[in-house]
Amino acid sequence: MADPDHFADLAMEHMPSLYSAALRMTRNPADAEDLVQETYLRAFRGFGGFTEGTNLKAWLYRILTNTFINRYRAKKRRPEETDFDDVEDFYLYKRIGGLEQARSNRSAEDELMDLFPEAEVKDAVESLPENFRLPVLLADVEGFSYKEIAEILDIPIGTVMSRLHRGRKALQKALYDFAAERGLASEEPATRG
Amino acid sequence: MDEPKPDCANSLQELYAFLDGELTDDRRVHIQAHLDGCLPCYEAYDFEAELRIVISARCREEVPDDLRNRVADALRKLGESDLAE
Repeated sequence: MADPDHFADLAMEHMPSLYSAALRMTRNPADAEDLVQETYLRAFRGFGGFTEGTNLKAWLYRILTNTFINRYRAKKRRPEETDFDDVEDFYLYKRIGGLEQARSNRSAEDELMDLFPEAEVKDAVESLPENFRLPVLLADVEGFSYKEIAEILDIPIGTVMSRLHRGRKALQKALYDFAAERGLASEEPATRG
Repeated sequence: MDEPKPDCANSLQELYAFLDGELTDDRRVHIQAHLDGCLPCYEAYDFEAELRIVISARCREEVPDDLRNRVADALRKLGESDLAE
């Protein structure tokens, strides 16, 4: 059945992305390490049921998220179902979209890297309620498709899309609030044009 | 940001699905053509695309050696005990 060497060969290369996701989920390194280790042990035991040649990374993520939901969510209070419908689309772009061009000729990516340091991006992602955080992580950090995310989280594709939509708006607002706190972004949307 | 024209509204609505690679071929070609010809929409698209690269890059973590070794050892032991059964 599950040839241990074979499993390790195939699965170990996914550990950096699984560990990155685990950290955003649990928000602390000790729990993230435990979560990753448990995910690998469960995956090893279930490897006989995995069809080789299909999407191993998505399969590992399904085990990771199930383990997280079963084991770690129970410890904490249920996350608030905060609604982000009042956050407008293109929240960040409307506020700082002109900024990166006005300030210099550097690429938008370089400017955004400066505007949003690592710790703040991580905090912003981790500040999202879990229902939104997981789809955003899977789509925007890991690049899974809507269909893969639906399978990983065991929710309908329409739910994936609406949570992504609201989660991304919430993430943009959190990023903006951090930047505004440091005085790097204006308080009001740009009113050019 | 220039206010998008009314005929841009549809394109902006589909921008995330476009970025996600989730549009049908038809719609993708349609949106791409719109972005090619409409600077305000292209700038919004470009911003969102760059932002996503930044978010993804900022969330990469290095696996602690200790964790990697611990998991590799645990898998090896499990494999050995499977063989012993």
